[in-house]
Amino acid sequence: MAKKKTIRTIPQQRTPVREQDPAERAKNFAEVNCGYTEQEALREADRCLICPDPGCVAGCPVNIDIPRFIEAISAKNFRGAYDVISHSNLLAAVCGRVCPQETQCEGVCVVGESLEPVAIGRLERWVGDRAIAERWANVPYAEPNGFRIGVVGSGPSSMACAADMAKAGCDVTVYEAFQEPGGVLKYGIPDFRLPNTVVDAEIENLRKLGVKFECNTLVGRLFTIEQMIDELGFDAVFVGTGAGYPSMLGIPGDSLNGVLSANELLTRCNLMVARDFPNHDTPVPLGRKVSVVGAGNTAMDAMRVCLRLGAEKVQCIYRRTEAECPARAEEVHHAKEEGIEFHWLTHPVEILDDGKGNVRAMRCIRMELGAPDESGRRRPVPVPGSEFEVETDEVVFAIGTNANPIIGQTSRLKLNKRGYIDVDADLATSMAGVYAGGDIVTGAATVIEAMGAGRRAARSMKQYLRIRDRDVALSSVATPVAARMFGIDLRERNFARIRVA
Amino acid sequence: MRRPDFVTDQKLESPELVFFCRKQPKWRIPKRAESSMVEANQGTGFQILEREDFSDVTYSLVIRHPMMARAARPGQFVIVMSHETGERIPLTIADFDRDGGTVTLVVQAVGKTTKEMQQTCKAGTSLYGLVGPMGLPSQLTGKKKVVCVGGGLGVAPIFPQARGFKQNGAYVIGILGFRTKNLIFWQDKFEACCDEVILCTDDGSAGIKGFVSDGIKLAMGKHRDIDEVVAIGPPVMMKACVETTRPSAIKTLVSLNPIMVDGTGMCGGCRVKVGDEVKFACVDGPDFDGHKVDFDDLTKRLRRFAEEEKAAMERWSETCRMRSLVGAGAPAAAAIAQT
Repeated sequence: MAKKKTIRTIPQQRTPVREQDPAERAKNFAEVNCGYTEQEALREADRCLICPDPGCVAGCPVNIDIPRFIEAISAKNFRGAYDVISHSNLLAAVCGRVCPQETQCEGVCVVGESLEPVAIGRLERWVGDRAIAERWANVPYAEPNGFRIGVVGSGPSSMACAADMAKAGCDVTVYEAFQEPGGVLKYGIPDFRLPNTVVDAEIENLRKLGVKFECNTLVGRLFTIEQMIDELGFDAVFVGTGAGYPSMLGIPGDSLNGVLSANELLTRCNLMVARDFPNHDTPVPLGRKVSVVGAGNTAMDAMRVCLRLGAEKVQCIYRRTEAECPARAEEVHHAKEEGIEFHWLTHPVEILDDGKGNVRAMRCIRMELGAPDESGRRRPVPVPGSEFEVETDEVVFAIGTNANPIIGQTSRLKLNKRGYIDVDADLATSMAGVYAGGDIVTGAATVIEAMGAGRRAARSMKQYLRIRDRDVALSSVATPVAARMFGIDLRERNFARIRVA
Repeated sequence: MRRPDFVTDQKLESPELVFFCRKQPKWRIPKRAESSMVEANQGTGFQILEREDFSDVTYSLVIRHPMMARAARPGQFVIVMSHETGERIPLTIADFDRDGGTVTLVVQAVGKTTKEMQQTCKAGTSLYGLVGPMGLPSQLTGKKKVVCVGGGLGVAPIFPQARGFKQNGAYVIGILGFRTKNLIFWQDKFEACCDEVILCTDDGSAGIKGFVSDGIKLAMGKHRDIDEVVAIGPPVMMKACVETTRPSAIKTLVSLNPIMVDGTGMCGGCRVKVGDEVKFACVDGPDFDGHKVDFDDLTKRLRRFAEEEKAAMERWSETCRMRSLVGAGAPAAAAIAQT
């Protein structure tokens, strides 16, 4: 190997990524971030110090061996890089795009202590895109073990769980209520951030692993979780139905036409392709002056979708300041570039109608930050007498979601106070053999966290079914001899202990 | 690990004293899953077995879906997508046959999608998407005397409820309302499962002349002990029914059918005002206490996409016209080519 890299010898500047021009992209649904070229990827890969004790691996919810894949890129062994990533994560092209890397792997990158961190996300995306373009797929041979696994929902947590169980040799069936699999990756995240073709390519990889997808199937109503175990013959079930039950603010006027949830806007536009109305039959409400309430990633997506649908002006109404806004910094930056107006410390009080049932304006109140609340963020307090009107003809609420009630209504699974499924540390629910993970357990979170939960649930399921976990058995971390019996690792925990008479 | 059968004595923790025996996985032949649904979802869509036209705007479709036929309960609905670029439309299940493995939908051709379906959906063709049953099933037990009111197309979805009430031992009075005689359908089905049937037409061409609310008044005059009224139909009709029963405080349920996208509680497009609360018709309904429902709000929200609906309709009619012109022109063109 060449001379050891140090912080002084690596390229000091992070390799910038080409983006579509803001004025241009605000009119189309093509991807904003164009991704690296091979040269750019090689240059950025060169910035990684390949540290012996990498923080990034621990910072990644699915523990991708980041230094190894970057090393492989540097060695121009691109297929090898994909092999490393796909060992822990089947959805490289998706995660490279939508993970909040700045708070995960890149947030703990050693290079980031003195320079800008290595652009791990962009490299991961580049490898993922290359894999799709070259039609690489890693289909490990798995001896069928006769177990049947049912997965409810086809979003990121379900996909991760299905992949792990299929790799272990199980017969996996994924049920989806919509007409296409993909969950939030399809209906929620818009094409300019994550093209649906990328999601389809990743789903195709799961199909190659032997995972079966059954769409148009509403679990709970068509058959219950109990029936899946008792009648349909599933040995274990994973529930990853997500937290889609949008909150409305409950202020006067929020049932007016022209007031809708971000979920509705995004579903109509992304999954049902309403942006192509009337070639696709689903319509979408079009406003000239759109106000989006909330400042999370969903709010950013909703605003940028409205802009691309042809709104003249899009404004963000958020009750705290930019520092507290939960969206990724990159998303806020992109939104600003595209010309979205931000009204920080503002909260809607009432939506005013035009006498015909449509929105005319929204009355808002100024806020100021008070003492920190239980989330650690400073609580916004209204400033008395500061009410004012904002002219608008469409209001989109992106203020979070609650638990979807269908599984709760139709099964005996124990729920917590907020309606989410109650699970233990192993993600096991109150019903034997039924595991849950993702937003239906934690409330709205990120794609990669859901995937991490899916993988953890898969690990617990394997223990429950007593399938040897190859990840543990073949792990490179040495286990003391005393903890191993007959070459079987104690951490596998799938022994039956019997006392010799 | 949640395996109480392996709890051992604490003393035996040291590896020397314990004999580890790797438990074999449970090799067994998996129980056969319901193969019918698998077959239905193999990309072939959902097959339409029969179609019947009740009038020039209403038609029924019998669709093969054994699993749904088994799961469906009165009061539930499905979401249909007729083709890949179509929209998702909610339709109430009008009938289901558990033995035959079919569900029946009754459709009224009012908008672009339903008119298009009227042209394309024939016996032997299939629907691209059909998902359900959705919504909470109706409460059918514990009632002695119920009135089931169906207005226009609402006659179809009220049928399984009337039959369900009858099967649970209630005295069922069916009230069917149509605009005129030619539009009447399923009168025989109701006569088979109801103890009394009151037929109303707006123009008096069959049954009594008047609206279904007049029928309810008639039933209320005759029976003093009605437990419940269930009304399904257009919002105006349901509102009239609710106002008829309000003075005597008879529990009145209405089945709401607002604009929906997913039908699984995800989009919130179907939110309705019931009393002081906002409810999602798809997961909290579709049946609600009619005396609390804000019908004006519902009517207003049903007109959300009036302009888009009109535009889609006009565009579609235009393409149909063009197609018929081309179709008519083709033989002529062929004739010219031959000469």
